[in-house]
Amino acid sequence: MDSIISIKRLTKVYDNGFQALKGVDLEIERGEILALLGPNGAGKTTLISAVAGIVSATSGTVTVDGHDNVKHYRKARQLIGLVPQELTLSSFETVWNTVRFTRGLYTGKKNDAYLEQLLKDLSLWDKKDNQLRMLSGGMKRRVLIAKALSHAPKVLFLDEPTAGVDVELRKDMWRMISKLRESGVTIILTTHYIEEAEDIADRIGVISGGEILLIEDKTELMQKLGKKQLIIELKEPANEVPASLVGLDVELSAAGTSLTYTYDAAADATGITKLLNLLSETQLQLKDLKTTQSSLEDIFVNLVQKGSKQKPLSEA
Amino acid sequence: MNFSAIKVIYRAEMMRAINTLFQTLASPVISTSLYFIVFGSAIGSRIQTIDGISYGLFIVPGLTMLTILTQSISNASFGIFFPKFNGTIYEILIAPLSFFEALIGYVGAAATKAFVIGCVILLTANLFVDLEIQHPIWMMTFLVLTCISFSLFGFIIGLWADSFEKLQIVPILVITPLVFLGGSFYSISMLPPFWQTVSLFNPVVYLVSGFRWSFFEVSDVNVWTSLSMIFVFLAICLTIVSLMFKTGYKLKD
Repeated sequence: MDSIISIKRLTKVYDNGFQALKGVDLEIERGEILALLGPNGAGKTTLISAVAGIVSATSGTVTVDGHDNVKHYRKARQLIGLVPQELTLSSFETVWNTVRFTRGLYTGKKNDAYLEQLLKDLSLWDKKDNQLRMLSGGMKRRVLIAKALSHAPKVLFLDEPTAGVDVELRKDMWRMISKLRESGVTIILTTHYIEEAEDIADRIGVISGGEILLIEDKTELMQKLGKKQLIIELKEPANEVPASLVGLDVELSAAGTSLTYTYDAAADATGITKLLNLLSETQLQLKDLKTTQSSLEDIFVNLVQKGSKQKPLSEA
Repeated sequence: MNFSAIKVIYRAEMMRAINTLFQTLASPVISTSLYFIVFGSAIGSRIQTIDGISYGLFIVPGLTMLTILTQSISNASFGIFFPKFNGTIYEILIAPLSFFEALIGYVGAAATKAFVIGCVILLTANLFVDLEIQHPIWMMTFLVLTCISFSLFGFIIGLWADSFEKLQIVPILVITPLVFLGGSFYSISMLPPFWQTVSLFNPVVYLVSGFRWSFFEVSDVNVWTSLSMIFVFLAICLTIVSLMFKTGYKLKD
């Protein structure tokens, strides 16, 4: 695996004794989109802050493209762009000046053509002379992204990029993230919107209580942990699960109008044929059939609940 | 060395003053003029000369020091406090620049502003009294060193402060009394012996005295003592700042 960021045994204990990171190991692959999912206070922001240099780690190491982020912080940071969670901008600066300021922190090489294209891509070009305080929340978010990309970083951290953003802008942002990935930028985003991770990520990490509970390829994860259900709607309500079906994973709904069969879609034998054969032998009249697949959200909730009850499942 | 980062920080800080040029320059000019009208003309005309210098003239160095001390501190402390307050400091923390480079940008800009204001005050003073500078190089040395060391001090306050109240408290509770009791408006020799001794513990006495010497060749303490004291103060500030740098004090968790 060709990893661009390598995090080893990273811990962070805050002054008040709170342990935000408990020995995190994480390899981030070059060119991937990694979504870090976790509930509030899981350690997502602390983790990316420790990589970017906002927080000093208590122990452990981080290397960015082979450069230690403490010993060779200049080289490491040159490769990183960060979009913070909060809309932190100075009110009276103009869009153009603030983006140029950020670029200047990284390099003395002026490239106004690049910045112009960047602002155009983010639909900010016509707002370039506006003061930041005049912009809407969504526009401010775009400015933060423009700032983070102003020095053309290889790795982009997005800390909850779509929190409090309307649907249209969220879709816009996803498109932009995909485009960036195509150009070779590695993207790490934290979110607690599952659908965001489901839609755009290549890999998904679940973090809770300062530990990575799991990190997996998204499709594999959903195959491995996802369950499928076959829902059979009945014409007439039934009083109980027919005797012949007892022993299969079948449940009757409270109103008695549907049966739900849970099965493993990845298994060789799903048991559907057997179920349908058995069903035809009962007196039940079927009205409709449908299948559903558990979403990432179910998987996530399951994991986090387990994680809070017992030791984590595994580390990547 | 990341010169580009130093340049953009310095320029952004200077732009803040340039965008509000009128306020930046008007307030020191107006307050200096008021001091001259009240102390120089109204009261000063009834005060006998001090060491052979008219009172209006005598207070010029002290008044200049009073303003550049407060300006250095407020510019530098506000300059670093504000990004902390609104959160934009994250940019500085994640950029490939050292604490020392950020310091040069912020403190350099604050000191430049204070220096320009100091010059404007001297020009304003020249409208009221006939100013003659005996040792221009010494005068410039004192002015520049004071601007730098007190901008550093302001930077420390700005880092330390986590509220607007704290930002104000040091200038109000410490600096203003020190400046007023530091011989800005009188000669230390006019005090009773006990208070003369106490005054020697006030660092501002050395600044004002040295600065005044560069104008009139009269001073409360030896000019070399004054110069050494500025360097001592500068060294203390640099030590504190480098300690803050090593520990990431109040900037990094």
